[in-house]
Amino acid sequence: MNPTSPMVILVASILTNNILLAGFLGMCSFLACSTKIETAVGLGTAVTFVMVCTTTLNYLLYHYVLVPLELEFLAFILFIAVIAGFVQLVEMVMERFSPKLYHALGIFLPLITVNCAILGAALFMVIRNYNGIQSAAFGLGGGLGFLLAIVLMAGLREKMGYSNVPAPLRGTAVLMLITGVIAMTFMGFAGMITMQ
Amino acid sequence: MSDHHAQAKSSGCGGLCGGKCGSTIQDGVIKNNPIIHQVLGVCSALAVTSKLENALVMGAALVFVTAMSNAFVSLLRHLMPRRIRMIVEVAIIATFVIIFDQFLKAFYWDMSKQLGPYVGLIITNCIVMGRAEAFATQNPPLLSIVDGAANGIGYMIILALIAVFRELLGAGTLLGYTALSTAWYEPNVLLMLAPGAFFTAGFLIWIINALRGRKDV
Repeated sequence: MNPTSPMVILVASILTNNILLAGFLGMCSFLACSTKIETAVGLGTAVTFVMVCTTTLNYLLYHYVLVPLELEFLAFILFIAVIAGFVQLVEMVMERFSPKLYHALGIFLPLITVNCAILGAALFMVIRNYNGIQSAAFGLGGGLGFLLAIVLMAGLREKMGYSNVPAPLRGTAVLMLITGVIAMTFMGFAGMITMQ
Repeated sequence: MSDHHAQAKSSGCGGLCGGKCGSTIQDGVIKNNPIIHQVLGVCSALAVTSKLENALVMGAALVFVTAMSNAFVSLLRHLMPRRIRMIVEVAIIATFVIIFDQFLKAFYWDMSKQLGPYVGLIITNCIVMGRAEAFATQNPPLLSIVDGAANGIGYMIILALIAVFRELLGAGTLLGYTALSTAWYEPNVLLMLAPGAFFTAGFLIWIINALRGRKDV
């Protein structure tokens, strides 16, 4: 078992081991959905919610179903099926009981199935040998870290609308450079907490 | 280098897939390069490029998975009900990713540990899914294999470019061998860290766009 305290995992996965800025996961939706702060907050919240639930669910299924049956190699298929199924379920429940929330977050839910940060969180959980509480903390921290990064990016992009970017640099190139600067800023937290 | 590769391959199998082979390869490797042109699969492109060796293995994984899953999706394209085709595609892709992952674990344990979760993440790599959905569902199996492999090779070339730059300047080595002696070269460790990956990718896309003379967005 991994001895790190869940609190440390939570804070570290938001700041020093940010799933997006240090782990490069979820770049596709990060680049595509960061044009407006409002959209970014919506996607970030949906990712956080799904990530907490699926990492915990995947933890339980992996350790109580796959490991006893010695079917660990099926983990990839199990994780992706759980994520897709869970997202579908949440979408249906949300539409039925909370149409308001559905209209705010609903459009992002299908996107989340293919968000590699969600699958990445489940895989990291297995590789780092987290227990149940640590996995939940990691899911929450990972989601919040994603939310923080994408909202920061959206804010910068809204400002960037007024600046004159050289033509070949427009689009992905400049976004990559900005993400690099954000990642460098986050490295400033490195001395604060270390996580294995 | 990429030009040469594309031509060498197209002359070999042009007859097999009705002459469309060459253009398919060129599309995948150069014209519509999945990373540079369509910005797909950037996650792993950034994560595994701190060493050239890792980048090449990851590229090989993608060539294998994309080609094989394209082949099977293409074989099943008339049998798959449209409503559930996504699930079928994901299951096919996941199967090949598991095969590759088990292969790495069995024969190259160190490499498997270094790549960590990024091998598993090929499942959500948009390139694989994108090719299965956009190409393999409408084309015969052989041509689909070629298309998958071409896109994989396009991906591999970009990964290798980023990795050469990062490993050479970040650690002074190439494939583990010392290329820039530390006697006179001070390695720039930033390139090995996360921000270095973003900067390298950003500059690479910038340079390629500039060379292509792109004016609009």
